[in-house]
Formats: sequence, C-alpha cells, structure tokens
Amino acid sequence: MSPPIDFSLRRRTLLAGTAAAAAFSAVNRGGAAAQSSAAPAGPETSTVTLTVNGEPRELTVDNRTTLLDALREHLKLTGTKKGCDHGQCGACTCTVNGERINSCLSLAVMHDGDEVETIEGIGQPENLDPMQAAFVEHDGFQCGYCTPGQIQSARKVIEEIRAGIPSHVTGDLTAEIAITDAEIRERMSGNICRCGAYANILAAITQVAEESV
Amino acid sequence: MRAFSYEKPADPAAAAARAAEVEGAKFLAGGTNLLDLMKLEIETPLHVIDVNGLGLDEITETEEGGLRIGTLVTNTALSADARIRRDYPLLTRAIAAGATGQLRNKATTGGNLLQRTRCPYFYDTNQPCNKRVPGSGCAALSEGAFSRQLGVIGTSDACIATHPSDMAVAMRALDAVVETVTPTGMTREIPLEEFHLLPGDTPEQETALMPGELITHVRLPAPVGGVQEYHKVRDRASYAFALVSVALIRQADGSGRVALGGVAPKPWRSDAADAELPNGASAVMSVLLDGARPTEENAFKITLAERTLAAMLKES
Repeated sequence: MSPPIDFSLRRRTLLAGTAAAAAFSAVNRGGAAAQSSAAPAGPETSTVTLTVNGEPRELTVDNRTTLLDALREHLKLTGTKKGCDHGQCGACTCTVNGERINSCLSLAVMHDGDEVETIEGIGQPENLDPMQAAFVEHDGFQCGYCTPGQIQSARKVIEEIRAGIPSHVTGDLTAEIAITDAEIRERMSGNICRCGAYANILAAITQVAEESV
Repeated sequence: MRAFSYEKPADPAAAAARAAEVEGAKFLAGGTNLLDLMKLEIETPLHVIDVNGLGLDEITETEEGGLRIGTLVTNTALSADARIRRDYPLLTRAIAAGATGQLRNKATTGGNLLQRTRCPYFYDTNQPCNKRVPGSGCAALSEGAFSRQLGVIGTSDACIATHPSDMAVAMRALDAVVETVTPTGMTREIPLEEFHLLPGDTPEQETALMPGELITHVRLPAPVGGVQEYHKVRDRASYAFALVSVALIRQADGSGRVALGGVAPKPWRSDAADAELPNGASAVMSVLLDGARPTEENAFKITLAERTLAAMLKES
C-alpha cells in the first residue's frame, strides 16, 4: 500500500475554506432558521470502529463527518473521490458490507461495526483487480477522477445482475437476467464521467463479465 | 451542516418517545435525502436518531395473504424480493425506475415515503419557499419561474411542489397501508391515500404523522393480479425524476387502477377515474385531472399523462 499523503495546509485548501465560509453566511439567510439559537442536547462527536480494507480502525469524529470524509481526511485513503458531495455523480462510491453506496450521503457514525472496502483495498498498481486491468486495457478513463467510483460500481453491477436484482431495463422479472449493454448502462447511471469515457467503460465491464463466467 | 447530537436506539417505541422528547430531533434511516438536505441546511436537526438498529428490515407474509414490509427494507431488497417480483411487479418496476443502484442500496421503504420534494425553489435557500420557510412566499409561482417539473393538480397558491417518489405511486395503486408507532407506544395504521397531505396554506406539513411518530412497516393487501406496468417519462433515460409517471393495473375484463406520479403533491389516484378505465385514457384523465391548475410551462403534463396511459392501454 502507498504511504499516506501528508496533509499540509496549502493555498488551495485556504481558498476553499474562505469560499465555504462565504457560502455558509449566504445559506443562513434563506435556510430553516427555526432552531438557530438552540444547541444540540448531547455530545457532538462519536467514536466509531470500522473495518476498512480488512483492517479494524477506530475514529473519533464530529457527528457531521460523512463516511467519505472519514475515509479521505481521517484515514488518508484518498482513492475514494469527492465529486458533487450530494449523491449525484458517484465518484465517492465505495462498498459497505458488500454493497455499493454513495459514501458522501452516509455519516461515519452510522457505520460502527461495518466493513468498508475502498479502491485501495481492491487492488494496487503491482496487483490490479481484473476490473482495474480492464479499465486500463480499454482506456476506460481520461482524467481518472471518476474512475475509483466507476470501478467500485462496475464490480458490483456484475454481482447484482448475477444475484437477480432487477433493473429498469430488465424484461421478464422472474427469469434469469442476461448481462447486456443495456443492463450495464442502466446500472452504471449513478456514475458520471465528465470526460465521456462511457463507451470504453462499457467495453471494460463487458470483458470482465465475459471472462468471469 | 449544523452540529447535532446522535443516538441509535434499539427499540421502535423508545425511538419515537425520544423523538418527541428531544428538541429538534429527526429520524435518520438511509440518509440519502436527509443528509443532502442537511448539507444545504434546509434540514437542521439538533439531534439525530439513527433508526438502523431497530430491526424492521424484513418482509413477512400477512394472514390476509399480503406482505408486511419493514420500514428499513432497502429499495434494492424490496424490488428484488421474489414475492414482490411475482405478485406485485408494479412495485418492482416503480422502484427500479427511480434513483441509482447506489442510492437504492441505502434508501429505505419508510424513508422513500418521507423524502422531500425536488422543487428547485425548495432547494435554493436564496429563494422564498413556503415549504422551507412558512410564510415566505412561493418562488415557483413568481413571474418567469421555471415550473416545468412542478405540479399541475392538488397544488395551492402557497405551493406547487410534487412528491418525487416512484415507489409511493405504485404503493398507492396497490392500496398500501402505513403502520406506525407513536411516542406513547401506541400503534396506528394510515392508508397511503391519507398519508401525504395536500399543501393548502400549510405546505410545510407534508404527512399525517404526528411529531415523533415513526413508520414501522408498510403493508400490502393480498395480490390483485392483472397486468401491472409502470411507465415513467423523464428528461433522461435513467436517473431523473418523473415529468409524468403512470402506474397501471389492468384486469382481463378491462377494469383496473391508475395512479400518477410527477403531477401532484402526492401519488394521484381516484376511484372515479379508475372506473373510467374501460372507456380509455381520455376518459380516465378527464376525471383524474379534472380541476388541474397547470402553469404555462407545465401544462404539457396533462397531455403527456393521457398519451402515456393511452400507449400503455394499447400495449397491455
């Protein structure tokens, strides 16, 4: 595994902080203000134990910390990406207890005792997962920012089809589901690629599905 | 996001009691809608009660031959359940038509019913919105507003938002019943028809739930058979909210049920409109959408709903 990144304060981080403070004051004008003077009734932090990529990790976090921020900022596992932070783009997709979720729309405190797998746990440069190798082979990316999420989703899409979980394009709901282009496209719709590498992503997933029969 | 305290109770009645007792408390289930709104500070709970430790994640068979769905059953699990796929295919179709694989893995049955509108003016905290800040006005009804996605019937002068759920539209057609536990530990049943409220002068009141009351299950009556279809018309082929959606259950004798999504503050259905089904789509919609008050931008939904049903009736 790569050494953790040293998070020193950089100019970019400082600017982002200033923008966030400005956004906060703007939001306050029109937001729900009913409880603005009241304070939480109990502690605002929690201690949570997760198994991340097979290793038990204990964290004490502000209750507001998302699973995504816990992974990136606390555990320094920056392979999982923050795109929209609202569940629309899929860059933050990781696996919890074997199912893919948007880690930006889940609180770290909700995952006490859960098993989390991130892109770092799937494969490493010297030991790629078949889906990672297929993305490389088929050029399933350009900038690469969405790729960890795409790969997490792609691996689970094949499993979900084989488990008989129906999708919007599934025909007969009581028959075995075939792995078709339409099924893969529909099930990957929660992972957006701004570079538009979709055709190659589809080719990579199709290859892994065919080779893992 | 505002700071909050957190707890994860193990008993539904205790959770409801705590929700009524602690100031600013809010239930958290899948979190896919609530956390989004908390980040935008549209929802600002002071205390979060995580209900994921309550069990309530099983689908069991009822004595009447129906199914009782725990409120924490995920949308994925519900849509994939073999009994749902076989006996209530409308529900599988509706769930699969909404959101994404990642979201459906976390979104819950109860949470889906309680999700908030996606009206752009509800989401934009720089705009007035009677649902978000009661009495502030409705930006969606102002001159030049973008109302293409918004409601055409059941709306009011205070709010024209729609309920965004696909699942709820199917459940309305299937005559689902919501089961709850109250803060005093009593249980209650609310037919889905009565669960969502029309906005009137109080669009901030969206459901019949009392403060602290917790959904525990959603019950489906015995299967009604027939041909069951859900057609969703939207701006993208996947991962978009409905402009119009039509849930249809059609029996061999031509009778059946029709419920609409994307047009109203709640799943839209009426017995009188259902009775018109043997007479065709135009007859159904002239009853179901009677009294509609569309804006200039969304008047197309009236035509779209009728044509969608007409297409389905030719197909089934």
